[in-house]
Amino acid sequence: MSLHSTPSVHGASGDARGDAHGHGSRRGYRIGVALSIGLTVVPFWLVMSQALSDARVTAAIIFALALIQIVVHVVSFLHLDTRSEGGWTLLAFLFTAVIVVLTIGGSIWVMYHLNVNMMPTPDAAAAPMH
Amino acid sequence: MTDIHLKTIFGRLTWESFPIHEPILFGTFVVVLLLGLAIVGAVTWYRLWGYLWHEWFTSVDHKKIGIMYVILGIIMLLRGFADALMMRAQQAIAFGANEGYLPAHHYDQIFTAHGTIMIFFVAIPLVVGIINFVMPLQIGARDVAFPFLNNLSFWLTAAGAVLTMVSLFVGEFARTGWLSYAPLAGLAYSPDTGVDYYLWSLQIAGVGTTLSAINMVATIIKMRAPGMTMMKLPVFCWTALCSNVLAIAIFPALTAAFFLLMLDRYVGTNFFTNDLGGAPMMYWNMVWIWGHPEVYVLVLPAFGIYSEITSTFTGKRLFGYSSMVYATVVITILSYLVWLHHFFTMGAGPAVNSFFGIATMVISIPTGAKIFNWLFTMYRGDIRFELPMMWVVAFMLTFVVGGMTGVLLAIPPADFVLHNSLFLVAHFHNVIIGGVVFGLFAGMVYWFPKAFGFKLDPFWGKVGFWGWVVGYWVAWTPIYVVGLMGTARRVRHFDDPNFQPYFVIAAIGALIILVGILGFVMSIVMGFVNRTALRDVTGDPWDGRTLEWSTASPPPAYNFAFLPVVHDLDAWYDMKSRGYARPTGDFRPIHMPRNTGTGVILAGLSLSLGFGMVWYIWWLAALSSLALLAVAVGHTFDFARDTFIPADVVAATEVKRRTLLGQGG
Repeated sequence: MSLHSTPSVHGASGDARGDAHGHGSRRGYRIGVALSIGLTVVPFWLVMSQALSDARVTAAIIFALALIQIVVHVVSFLHLDTRSEGGWTLLAFLFTAVIVVLTIGGSIWVMYHLNVNMMPTPDAAAAPMH
Repeated sequence: MTDIHLKTIFGRLTWESFPIHEPILFGTFVVVLLLGLAIVGAVTWYRLWGYLWHEWFTSVDHKKIGIMYVILGIIMLLRGFADALMMRAQQAIAFGANEGYLPAHHYDQIFTAHGTIMIFFVAIPLVVGIINFVMPLQIGARDVAFPFLNNLSFWLTAAGAVLTMVSLFVGEFARTGWLSYAPLAGLAYSPDTGVDYYLWSLQIAGVGTTLSAINMVATIIKMRAPGMTMMKLPVFCWTALCSNVLAIAIFPALTAAFFLLMLDRYVGTNFFTNDLGGAPMMYWNMVWIWGHPEVYVLVLPAFGIYSEITSTFTGKRLFGYSSMVYATVVITILSYLVWLHHFFTMGAGPAVNSFFGIATMVISIPTGAKIFNWLFTMYRGDIRFELPMMWVVAFMLTFVVGGMTGVLLAIPPADFVLHNSLFLVAHFHNVIIGGVVFGLFAGMVYWFPKAFGFKLDPFWGKVGFWGWVVGYWVAWTPIYVVGLMGTARRVRHFDDPNFQPYFVIAAIGALIILVGILGFVMSIVMGFVNRTALRDVTGDPWDGRTLEWSTASPPPAYNFAFLPVVHDLDAWYDMKSRGYARPTGDFRPIHMPRNTGTGVILAGLSLSLGFGMVWYIWWLAALSSLALLAVAVGHTFDFARDTFIPADVVAATEVKRRTLLGQGG
């Protein structure tokens, strides 16, 4: 039975991992800024020049670019990678993403159905059943 | 003093708010007042205020906070169970011409208070309390990650409980059911203080629960003893981790739903009203996004308790440890995918309903895997049927029935028949009593000697056990039956006298459960009386397998003189079988957090903020908010937060312990 004698309330595992996450490189920040600017300019350009005739396609592209923007920010500026905090940061982030998608997506899905099925419409017979 | 002055000072609080005109409430009030005065008098007489304040109220020791949580839970259990007895009595007599003894507005408050208290102020404090006490010991840590936050969490939970209890005697509690559904809970239909008491109690307690969950997750991830990898983590800690991760993710949804309802009630927004585009259905949706995972927040730690006890009392390593871990994680994720099954009948249509119905049925698979793991652990084990193991067996037999009625309810067409019936009420009492409550009792009996140094009295413990188990079945089987026949829940009076025998039997069952509760209380009292005979000097009274049993009973403030190094899943069993020798010297000062009264003060201010807001006493609410901010900011400048236990104190404690063990001084 070997003994560990750190005179601290915190376990040794806690002390060792505390400084594991880095602060990123200058190059990483440059790439992040460039990507962010690009991903912001393109949606603005799409809207202002009305390059696409279909507004729904424009909206979908903007939404997709916004999602990519989130990933860029999280990776370049918040330094999310597989190593920080022994992988717990990434795990916590993915878990949060899953939960947010489930609750928001699920709520929209559920509330849309409830709205269509249950709210009074001028032509009640026309309401879809599923 | 004009009316307007009185209103400025007292808000809507008047003499009418005190229930002097209601004999039942007034009688209760007098009894509670006398009891309270007796306790305050006794504490003053024995000069215990200083001891309580310095050793308990301001303590940041996870063990003491855990014990205070459990005491809060047991006190509130008595209150919640008194509500249950009153409901059972009312339903047993209110048939035909007999209106029973409870007027409708009182009965409605009772069923609301019963549900709210049992979940938020009984189940949650007991679960959090046991996790608080056991988990740091099991992972070989000296305290939790944020000791002050732990103390604050407890006092916020206690403040919520106190605010709920205040509603018993000052004004009224909500009459809207335990989740206060909109639009009934909106200002238009519930203009009095009831729903405000409900919202502020739960918001204050909810902050405590969320902070506590963050604390526990950080502790498990960051403070495990050296060598304890995640796959060497005791199952109870795994379930505590998953349960608290769930709590962190879901409580914000409840807080947001309550906050929007508060806006509706205080500033006249229309989130959940019937007018101006409000969507009451959204309230149900948000509340159940919290509500279903909450069931697993409670039951997962109970599953952990059963796992520890089964393994200890069969003298075997837990069967299928890794499958147990994966089942827990899978339940954690799946519990997010089922919330709609609480409102199948709201009209979502077949696509949505079948998705959520199937997801609900899928959850029974990992849960079933767990049941088989416990059975296979017992198979060919050297089973000792002591009290904790008896609770485990009673759980398996009871919970499986509740699980099966749950799968039945998961089928949308069946749910359309049984929604809001007493069958549903019987189902969730079956899983919560059979799953959570039995587990909590098992855990309390199992870890009581660790906390206090003596076992509970076995005879009265068995009286408590049989009272609960027999009482549960006698009370809820008839409710299943009348529910299947279509009786609705929350009914105060029945026209059809044919149902009366069922409700009379159910009331008798509730009285048998009362015997169970009194038996449990007596097992503590008689355990204390016979504590010399029941004393545990070894620190390991059950021949345990995890690290908490390697310490003294009760453990010293610092838990471990030296942090243990873990080589195996059942770390203490591994240490014992390799001839572990206690350290005899070379003790060092131990760095520990220092006690602080800030938690009590912050919680007290939250309580007065809640009370001011409930009664529209705006000056009190404003003052309390400012004081809350000031004290919280002020506390960040308190840098004297730690202290060292000197090496000679540690040495003296360890020598005393070895003398007790007969290993010489």
